[in-house]
Amino acid sequence: MKNLKKVLAVVMAIALIVTCFAACGGNENKEPETKSVKAALICLHGDSSTYDKNFIDAFKQACANKGLTVDDYTIVTDIPEGTACYDQAADLAETYDIIFADSFGHEPYMIQAAKEFPNVQFCHATGTKAHTEGVANYHNAFASIYEGRYLAGVAAGLKLVELYGDAEGKVSDENAKIGYVGAWPYAEVISGYTSFFLGAKSVVENATMEVRYTNSWYDEAAEKTTALALIDNGCKLISQHADSWGAPTACEEKNIPNVSYNGSTVEKCPNTFIIASKINWAPYFEYAIDCVQNDKAIDTDWTGTIATGSVEITAPGTAAAKGTQEKLDAVIAGLKDGSIKVFDCSTFTVDGKPLTSFIADVDDAGDFVPETEVVEKSGDITFVNESAKRSAPYFNIIIDGITAVTE
Amino acid sequence: MKKSKNNLKEPFVRIVKRDNIKVQQVILIYVLAIICGLLLSSLISVMFSQKGLDDFFKSLFTGALGSERKIWLLLQDTALLLGTSMALLPAFKMKFWNLGGNGQILVGCLAAIACMFYLGGKVDDSIIILLMLIASIAAGAIWAVIPAIFRAKFNTNESLFTLMMNYIAQGLVSLCITIWVKSGSGVLVPIPYGNIPDIGNKYLLPIILFIVITILMHIYLRSSKHGYEISVVGESINTAKYVGIKVDKVIIRTMILSGAIAGLVGFVLAGSVNHTISTASANNMGFTGIMATWLASFNPLIIILTSFFITFISKGMVEVRKTFMFTNDSISNIVVGIVYFAVIICSFFINYKLVFRKKEKEEIKK
Repeated sequence: MKNLKKVLAVVMAIALIVTCFAACGGNENKEPETKSVKAALICLHGDSSTYDKNFIDAFKQACANKGLTVDDYTIVTDIPEGTACYDQAADLAETYDIIFADSFGHEPYMIQAAKEFPNVQFCHATGTKAHTEGVANYHNAFASIYEGRYLAGVAAGLKLVELYGDAEGKVSDENAKIGYVGAWPYAEVISGYTSFFLGAKSVVENATMEVRYTNSWYDEAAEKTTALALIDNGCKLISQHADSWGAPTACEEKNIPNVSYNGSTVEKCPNTFIIASKINWAPYFEYAIDCVQNDKAIDTDWTGTIATGSVEITAPGTAAAKGTQEKLDAVIAGLKDGSIKVFDCSTFTVDGKPLTSFIADVDDAGDFVPETEVVEKSGDITFVNESAKRSAPYFNIIIDGITAVTE
Repeated sequence: MKKSKNNLKEPFVRIVKRDNIKVQQVILIYVLAIICGLLLSSLISVMFSQKGLDDFFKSLFTGALGSERKIWLLLQDTALLLGTSMALLPAFKMKFWNLGGNGQILVGCLAAIACMFYLGGKVDDSIIILLMLIASIAAGAIWAVIPAIFRAKFNTNESLFTLMMNYIAQGLVSLCITIWVKSGSGVLVPIPYGNIPDIGNKYLLPIILFIVITILMHIYLRSSKHGYEISVVGESINTAKYVGIKVDKVIIRTMILSGAIAGLVGFVLAGSVNHTISTASANNMGFTGIMATWLASFNPLIIILTSFFITFISKGMVEVRKTFMFTNDSISNIVVGIVYFAVIICSFFINYKLVFRKKEKEEIKK
């Protein structure tokens, strides 16, 4: 009997606590929402992924800059690319005015939620469908990161010259080999490594690059073993488009220079970190929040540039070649005034021939049929105009000098 | 020590096996364990943020029960975990350590998605769904029967074997996505064909389906000849042989059943929940299901409660992470881990009790 009383007491105590909380929750919901903007960010992983950390840091900074307090914004991490994303977005839509998602696979679920909650703005980074979907409150964003990659490539080229260059700055073919760990054979990745390669090639003319894919956006073990395999295969410098610490740490172990992405890896890899390019998402977050605050429409496709502060290149690491910063400043100036185009058709060939026309799959209808000409002419330069027809990259040609191993 | 009147050394505390424990005591121990675990977790959460204890508990409950959608989701995910546990249960009762739940779900899911991908738009949805169902169950069963055959015929270690099958399943999914997704993005967009129609709402089907399976499993294990054979093999293989049970046959038959139910979970994931697949589609239920099964001491009806509890905690913790803005998964893993740890460790207090020295006098009096 005594025990029964104890059980009863505990159960009643819990019931009391539960009802208290339920009551609290109920009261809060009745309070009218103030005009202030509430923003939320949905992430695929937590901040152990360099890719997501980049979004998380930028989001916090942007919210602070726009006067949002900790109670006005939230970040939800580890949301998989499935129905869970829709559930989360729909749930957030009941409280938040603008919802961002950071991973490509979140797109269909963000569109689904956007259709259901027309008064809430849904912004999706790296997506491809906003310009064809026709949902007014659904938006895509990206940045002309190929410019950042190009700059990183220039720094990589300078490092190769410093390490292996002869008196005239020439590097032997054997030593001009770069390795690249890619995530998937997808336009975003191909565009990224091509611009990186073109940057390196602008310094080391005979540079070649071997690309290997991990077939995963985030797989630390695979990224590391792939980087090691590339090093074993004679690559003298490694860069990557993948979200973990795998490749940088492999390079640090083998003392091979590494050009990083999404943020500096100098802390863990001080001896091999050359430079990193990254997209700073803060300008976009600020722009979008600002639009909601002032009742303005958000662009369907928004492409950040060096000028908007969206494309960033870190300071060169101690392992970088001397004079890297000076050279980069000159290239940045060239990119800004248009005298340098990253995908300048005179700097590369495809199957031995210069590129004169490239029809890209800009409208992602799921058919993978390319429909839009993206080779343009500006002054004397014929170039592929990347990220102009939509924010997400569409350059997906393998140019000469790059060997991509698809497994 | 000298104070003790006996010559025997009396320790301050002794561990004594409990002979019979009342149901009320079991419930009390569990409730206390959960409360202790949650309190400890909440304290840790509060340490790492500027929020208060009340925020922790409020988020925990609103995360799981905060809106109608959340309640449905809680029930749906409980049902999926319940289904996975039902897949693992017969194998575990047989002491066949099936750690391949994830892989079996994943191949079931993959088989269904393959039907949707290749037949979608070409034949009627009802035919696709029927084929999906058959394919999923068959795929799950095949994935489970391979380690079972090796265990039965060559006595290979089933834990390692089933575990490795998980990685093969993931690789297979990865390969299919590479082939199917022409843009190379590695993300298969939801397929609009072969989607199981809603009954009432889209959450209801898995709930009803897996509750029915749980009841059937309860009857199967308790009242059928097969169920009896499973428990005999689980107790002692030699006894089973002695009484004339064909152990090989029981192992293979039970694992086919186990894999088939896991495949069915995959079918629901593909056809009703996600309509797409990734290597993480099994949502690690193959392992969470082990916990639900063990905590319930292999009782199918109690697994309903443990599945609910585990799903409740994980849903609540998503909200806690949101409120506390834990963007690092390590902290939330610690917090969830502590709750589970408290619950698991309390089974010690169900089997044993602590006797302190002061009780000595009472015992002497008796």
